[in-house]
Amino acid sequence: MTAAASRSWPEEIFAALAALGVRQVAYVPDAGHKELIERCAGAAAMETVALTTEEEGVALLAGAWLGGQRGALLMQSSGVGNCVNMLSLMRTCAFPLLMLVTMRGQPGEFNPWQLPMGETAAPVLELGGCRVFALDDAAEAGATVAAAGRAAFEGPTAAAVLIAQRVVGMKTFGCTGDD
Amino acid sequence: MTDPGRSERYPLRRRAVAAALLEARGDLLVVSGLGAPTWDVAAAGDHPLTFPLWGAMGGAAMIGLGLALARPERRVLVVTGDGEMLMGLGSLATVGVKRPANLAIVVLDNERYGETGMQATHTAGPADLAAAAAALGFPVTGTVRDQAELEAAIPAIRGATGPAFYDIKVRAEDLPLVMPPKDGILLKDRFRAALLGKEAGI
Repeated sequence: MTAAASRSWPEEIFAALAALGVRQVAYVPDAGHKELIERCAGAAAMETVALTTEEEGVALLAGAWLGGQRGALLMQSSGVGNCVNMLSLMRTCAFPLLMLVTMRGQPGEFNPWQLPMGETAAPVLELGGCRVFALDDAAEAGATVAAAGRAAFEGPTAAAVLIAQRVVGMKTFGCTGDD
Repeated sequence: MTDPGRSERYPLRRRAVAAALLEARGDLLVVSGLGAPTWDVAAAGDHPLTFPLWGAMGGAAMIGLGLALARPERRVLVVTGDGEMLMGLGSLATVGVKRPANLAIVVLDNERYGETGMQATHTAGPADLAAAAAALGFPVTGTVRDQAELEAAIPAIRGATGPAFYDIKVRAEDLPLVMPPKDGILLKDRFRAALLGKEAGI
């Protein structure tokens, strides 16, 4: 293993966010993002903002950009649907937006209620004007977030990294299915 | 239970309130919410440090929060409407937790959805936005119903250690539209250029 690979994927993403100059990190609490959220909350250069719904974060980060700061919005795939109308800010005003989405509802999902947004998050984001970056391999976490961040902030445009459920790990509530 | 007729009798007029809020605005940063507040703020004078929303309903307070966190040395004023605020009510809880001292949110509350036919909003009934803001952690809140209360509230809106939230009851009236520019990229870029100068990279 290389030195880089010995770091966890959330640590790789944190390093990429820090290198991008991200100052505001907005999130709805999420198990998949737990480590990254804690890492950002402990960083002196970052302000974390807990949201009641994901669309608040889209608006928050438009305001951050007006004030000269970069941000990132962390959510689960179910939150993508909550953002749809607010994403019109990015398309209409060319605001940047970097979204990091932990996927649910992919093959192996325990909870069928996660399937609708798990299966439609990518096309919904694309219809909303976001560039979508798939992150299917933990070893690519830092590079993928860096690429999405460049797309977002140099665009400026909306860019979303969809972090595959196999990277995050399956949530089973103790039900392990066929094993 | 709503009483959609009562706001037709309120003494404060929204255009005069907006003008009073923005008088001698100095380096104030302003976000105006979708609908009538955007027309009211435009009527008080187009300004590069106003970001007027033509959409993104429910987002005005959060845009104000992101801006206030990014520029803690500057006063940020969000001027929005009751319908727009009700759509983003959770954002008051988020602001209440972050407690930005430099943010003020003012609702021009005519108890109607003005752009869609003057239908009653929940503030025509039991919804009390200032009480909600107080319950959600805003240290400075108030409901303003007449000129004397407005004059007492303006120093707090412009300078109190916030976040501050004021619900200003204004008459339900149909006024001529006064439109700011509607090109979102222009509005964003001119705001950033005026605030950030060369750092805006425009």
